[in-house]
Amino acid sequence: MAKLPVSAEKIIKQYGPKKNYTPLGGFEGSNEPDRLVKTHCCFCGMQCGIQLKVKDNQIAGFEPWMEFPFNEGRLCPKGVQRYLQNNHPDRILSPLQRVEGKGFEPIDWESAMGRTVNEIKRIQSTYGNDAFAMLSGVSLTNEKSYMVGKFARLALKTKNLDYNGRLCMVSAGAGNNKAFGLDRISNSWADLKHAKVIIIAGTNISECFPTLTHYIWEARDNGAKLIVVDPRVTPIARTADLHLPVKPGRDSALFGAILKQLVDNDWLDHDFIDYHTSGFEEAIDAVKEYDLDWAEATTGIDKEKIRLAAEWWGKADTSFLLHARGIEHHTKGVDNVVSCINIVLATGRIGKPYCGYGTITGQGNGQGGREHGHKCDQLPGNRDITNPEHRKYIAEVWGVEEKEIPGKGLSAYEIIEAIHRGEIKGLISICFNPLVSLPNNNFVREALEKLEYYMCIDFFLNETARHADVIMAGSLHEEEDGTVTTAEGRVVKINQAITPPGQARKDSDILIELAQRLGAGDKFNYSKAEDIFNELRVASKGGTADYYGITYKKIEENMGIFWPCPSEDHPGTPRLWEDKKFKTPDGKAHFNAVPYREPSEVTDKEFPVTLTTGRVVSQYLSGTQTRRIGKLVDQYPEPLLEIHPSLAQQFGIKERELVRVSTRRGEAVFPAQIVETIRPDTVFIPYHWGGSQSANQLTIGTLDPVSKIPEFKVCACKLEPLKKWAAPATDSLAFQSHETLKP
Amino acid sequence: MPSSTKYDQQMGFFIDMQRCIGCHACEMACAECETNGQESMIHIHYVERAVSTQTTVQVCMHCEDPACANVCPADAISKDEFGVVHTAETSRCIGCSNCVLACPFGVPQKQEKAELMMKCNMCYDRTSAGKKPMCATVCPSQALFYGTREEIEKKRPDSVPVDTFFFGEQEVKTKVKIMMPKGSNYLKVQ
Repeated sequence: MAKLPVSAEKIIKQYGPKKNYTPLGGFEGSNEPDRLVKTHCCFCGMQCGIQLKVKDNQIAGFEPWMEFPFNEGRLCPKGVQRYLQNNHPDRILSPLQRVEGKGFEPIDWESAMGRTVNEIKRIQSTYGNDAFAMLSGVSLTNEKSYMVGKFARLALKTKNLDYNGRLCMVSAGAGNNKAFGLDRISNSWADLKHAKVIIIAGTNISECFPTLTHYIWEARDNGAKLIVVDPRVTPIARTADLHLPVKPGRDSALFGAILKQLVDNDWLDHDFIDYHTSGFEEAIDAVKEYDLDWAEATTGIDKEKIRLAAEWWGKADTSFLLHARGIEHHTKGVDNVVSCINIVLATGRIGKPYCGYGTITGQGNGQGGREHGHKCDQLPGNRDITNPEHRKYIAEVWGVEEKEIPGKGLSAYEIIEAIHRGEIKGLISICFNPLVSLPNNNFVREALEKLEYYMCIDFFLNETARHADVIMAGSLHEEEDGTVTTAEGRVVKINQAITPPGQARKDSDILIELAQRLGAGDKFNYSKAEDIFNELRVASKGGTADYYGITYKKIEENMGIFWPCPSEDHPGTPRLWEDKKFKTPDGKAHFNAVPYREPSEVTDKEFPVTLTTGRVVSQYLSGTQTRRIGKLVDQYPEPLLEIHPSLAQQFGIKERELVRVSTRRGEAVFPAQIVETIRPDTVFIPYHWGGSQSANQLTIGTLDPVSKIPEFKVCACKLEPLKKWAAPATDSLAFQSHETLKP
Repeated sequence: MPSSTKYDQQMGFFIDMQRCIGCHACEMACAECETNGQESMIHIHYVERAVSTQTTVQVCMHCEDPACANVCPADAISKDEFGVVHTAETSRCIGCSNCVLACPFGVPQKQEKAELMMKCNMCYDRTSAGKKPMCATVCPSQALFYGTREEIEKKRPDSVPVDTFFFGEQEVKTKVKIMMPKGSNYLKVQ
């Protein structure tokens, strides 16, 4: 019964989002805190060090942590405001249950646990174990990610567990595994500062990873040339030496054409290619027709710019190539990733000082969270759930028979599709807000409404949780110890600053009690986070993501340890591949042939404009946290339709006019923001909002065949100006995700 | 000002507009200061969003001969021995807005509710204790830099700190420096 119990408006009134602001004179005790706790920001993959001020078991403010080497005190606006959650009026303080016609009412833990376990047993005995699914997320620590994987397989006994990393870096992971047999950025950020040519493709670094901007500028101060590939002139693209405004969905054509230029001009490292790679001939055969004229026609980028980018890259002594969701959120996300890797391998610039390549993980623990087994096809240590050897090893660690570990399950969007088909009847979610973050979310809503039982673990009542039968009050980042792995592969310590407020519990305690009640308590004998980490170390041992040699003590003494770290006397590995021994079966780095193909939906007469989506600097992912922080909301109060003046003129659209944007999935109305900083054939809408102003009503649910990532970054739309003007942005209630509200 | 201060006169404040990414972290961090009552003393603006994502930083330049102090009829604004121009003293400020009108950089703002002029005092509580100002501490692109002149000249060889501004014929020298392309000596505002 996963329909809203009352109107969204009534739920919003009680559980928000409401905007939290710091009192004018600061929170009580902020000038005399009981203690400062060194920990990290809860948001993006940079995981900046920060100190939280604690007064009377509440977060009262922050103080920069100057000594943490990555950010040395630097923070983005989200980091500065991240402390406004524990003290938030929307914080869920006890378990809640849905009451038809009334909304949500507090219940005790006994009832919440008892009811959930009864429903799990009822659904599984009626429809089979796999009819109960679990969705997880990578804002969770390594400990919790590991535990969710074990919980779903051994306590819930379902194969259908997946995570919101499926919307994040799975294309990069799959591409890296194909090419290198391992999934991690090749170098630490320290190497970035000395690279002479930097390509950043599909990554709005200045808004999504603001603190990395300083590293880019340091490299430029050292003489680096910066090439930015993006359909928009983002703040980082504004000052780039070369901006390649690629048409959305055409990235592999660009990188294929660059590979051909490298070959035609012999800007190649033949020794590296001959001795340390395979697949080169197939890769260059696939791009032999991709000359500059073809590339210009396909990508929409001036051919001279493409040639120049190839020349700079080809002739560079040192280089770094970075990409993120902009090239990964595609039905050919993996193709795009390996097409980038191809130009890195062709020039042999990897495994050396100042020569690097990698994806920039978007979520707080996007790196560690994708390694330790809450992914449908994976076991801890980035092991393969279909590999008999890998299964046997983990079965031994867990003390179970190998056959007790379920097989490969459905990926995140496929789980939603299976719910919609009526095959999955029950769901637990933690740290995932699919109603905002998944594409074609009217379809997601229909699916949620078909569930027989839905239990959500969260600290705020997010848009998806509005559909829950039971909500369990879980813990914030600052309310539980653990570790996360940053985008540079550095494992860092998250320190608990306060205990969860009211009746709320640590997420791990919730999972442990559920496991006990499901009869698997003996597999979850942990008294503290470090116990879980120590088991994870053993479980990861010998896997490609090997944490065995990392201990809490070592992390704290060294301000983080880079995996792989196979033994306690090992210092960790900031730079991979210096030995040129890749983790592929043949020990070589693999080129992959990438024949270009079109996006799953291209423009036509009916839907003539390309729609792309992304983020803004003041918001994070589905906004569960950042749409509740007053100043972050006020900085960018509502989603806008970014449109080029020439396209606006074509449709007769004026500044702040309301425009109906329609695709084959749905329609929504947004105020126009007319800017020259976007391609004239493309419009952009940020996706952080739910309800009637959710961009993901429009996006397409087609998936990459390998990574199963949805194609958020490109679909076809039409635009209709409504001859009405938007109310002042400052009045917008978009942050609350109303169902019927118009801007 | 207390003589036991650890204010280091070698340290300077440098602004490089080109590096500003418009994230507003500086404003939010500035507002955290308990004396600011959640008001920021630094402001980020788009130059013209319709054509560019370029943003600019507006903050007190701490003039050598501060017009704001010179025109203050209540003698509420003072420059200290380190060259820091302090915000109006609450007991003296009469809220006349002369400073707001006089500042060539358009920095001071009158807080209408408080009937008081407020502006940046270079995070005196932090800088006098040997720390960096809050905005330059958090600035993720280091468009705001706090350190020595030697340090920034070494780190950023393509640009040069400029502290001389011409507003028409009037020359204004400031403690805060703007990073400009190498070879620049002053900025002329027509």
